[in-house]
Amino acid sequence: MHNKTIADISRDLAAGEYSSVEITENLLTRIKNTDAHYNSFITVSEEQALAQAKAADARRAAGNADAWTGIPMAHKDIFCTNGVLTTCGSKMLSNFIAPYDATIVENFNNAGAVSLGKLNMDEFAMGSSNESSFYGAVKNPWDGERVPGGSSGGSAAAVAAQLVPGATASDTGGSIRQPAAFCGLTGLKPTYGRVSRWGMIAYASSLDQAGTITRTAEDSAMMLNVMAGFDAKDSTCVDREVPDYTATLNNSIAGLTIGLPKEYFRSDLSADMQQQVRNAIAEYEKMGAKVKEISLPNTHLAIPAYYIIAPAECSANLSRMDGVRFGYRCENPQDINDLYKRSRGEGFGIEVKRRIMVGAYALSAGFYDAYYKKAQQVRRLIRNDFVNAFNEVDIIMGPTTPTPAFKRGEKTADPVDMYLEDIFTIALNLAGLPGMSISCGQVNNLPVGLQLIGNYFDEGRLLNAAHQFQQHTDWHLKTPDLKNQADI
Amino acid sequence: MALDQQQVRDIADLSRLQIDEAQIAEYQKNLSNILDLVDQLSAVDTSAVEPMAHPLDAVQRLRADVVTEENNRDHFQQIAPQTENGYYLVPRVVE
Repeated sequence: MHNKTIADISRDLAAGEYSSVEITENLLTRIKNTDAHYNSFITVSEEQALAQAKAADARRAAGNADAWTGIPMAHKDIFCTNGVLTTCGSKMLSNFIAPYDATIVENFNNAGAVSLGKLNMDEFAMGSSNESSFYGAVKNPWDGERVPGGSSGGSAAAVAAQLVPGATASDTGGSIRQPAAFCGLTGLKPTYGRVSRWGMIAYASSLDQAGTITRTAEDSAMMLNVMAGFDAKDSTCVDREVPDYTATLNNSIAGLTIGLPKEYFRSDLSADMQQQVRNAIAEYEKMGAKVKEISLPNTHLAIPAYYIIAPAECSANLSRMDGVRFGYRCENPQDINDLYKRSRGEGFGIEVKRRIMVGAYALSAGFYDAYYKKAQQVRRLIRNDFVNAFNEVDIIMGPTTPTPAFKRGEKTADPVDMYLEDIFTIALNLAGLPGMSISCGQVNNLPVGLQLIGNYFDEGRLLNAAHQFQQHTDWHLKTPDLKNQADI
Repeated sequence: MALDQQQVRDIADLSRLQIDEAQIAEYQKNLSNILDLVDQLSAVDTSAVEPMAHPLDAVQRLRADVVTEENNRDHFQQIAPQTENGYYLVPRVVE
């Protein structure tokens, strides 16, 4: 049962092949037996999962089932889950039992989904390797010495290890697309404002967006159908009609114009990576798509702009972690300042502290214009590049990452090395555009991701293009050799 | 742009973060590297560019000034480190 997609399970449950309780128990057992190796879960909520599965089976027996009734999945530990530990990968929240559900968690609960638990992640979503988690590094199921990517590393590893068919995730600079690429999966980051951020612990509020990691584009469409929509509780959520994303998956893509940004096929991108991406583009041409070279001239400014905007916003957002109302508090504080400084100094890991400090510096008196305002201006230039490009093309494609999954410890010495990992993904967040990564090949037996970038609110077209690729190729069906690893 | 060690201590203090003295040099190096990275922006002419606060240039949505939330104080205080009579307790601030 563990290798089924969400769509498979939905059909099987409807056909009575097995019950929600059966598949839930099956996956819980699998997590128990193998996840000590991957470390993809922080919390397994066995009791709640079985209660939800029983309720789903009862709903089906009463004739009230729909597409999501009884389907198991799991949430990134950045989403608040009422009554369940919600850590955001941090010691700071290692005792935080969320007192409410995030809007998207509520959406999945209302749809009848079964949550198996909470997935590991880089601390407060700051990282590209899942090495900054207080709960330890996550192993890539394709190669246990390598990282699964980050920050949604637990979401990607759990799906690749076939512990869940799909997982929620979040993406501030590539945190869905890069782990999906590293683990051979399908990742979707929707348009900024498409999905509610309420109850998703904030990192950089103008960039954060919730999305999905699954095996197939069809499953991403099914998940987005549940997640997307207006929420009055998120002031930046956009009030706009939500289409049925599964309805357009089978549309023909003949005549689709694909833009290839020359800045994404740089000379220092390895020949192997280039080849895999070019092969995928050729596949699209066979399906009737047209290809056009475009330019996104400000691409090189995306990482510098991001590393002002994201730290500045995080320094403000994480000020709520002060040891007073919830979360970690230091022992025996001498005075209020000692309480703040030691609770935060002991509760946050090193990368989080670095980003808070960069942000506090960039926002401090006298530096605001030179840093934050400047970065917001450059951000508009980056967005204008995409707006111009989408006057000429329907969709933009390129590599998701510069390399396949790297080894643990390879990029931890200098944070800037790790930051450069997000060179192709980060501009989308600055522009607020939707993007996907789908598996399109392999280099040295490691998956390679093809990034698809869409215009605002064009998730339907992205999912359609991704689904058509998956109808014509089988890269998304390739799985790591899990047998050897589960024995470890 | 390189920071000196006293600047690092000042930024940590401003951020209300306790940093071990032994780690100051490492923060100094890494934060300076990050500032070098972002300093690439200073070469870009942005004199005619409006700063972008929201990708869709959306404006803040307003709502009627009516009560929409219930008082859940007791529920929320269950996870607080220390409370008394409905208040959050911290070390004495006023002598």
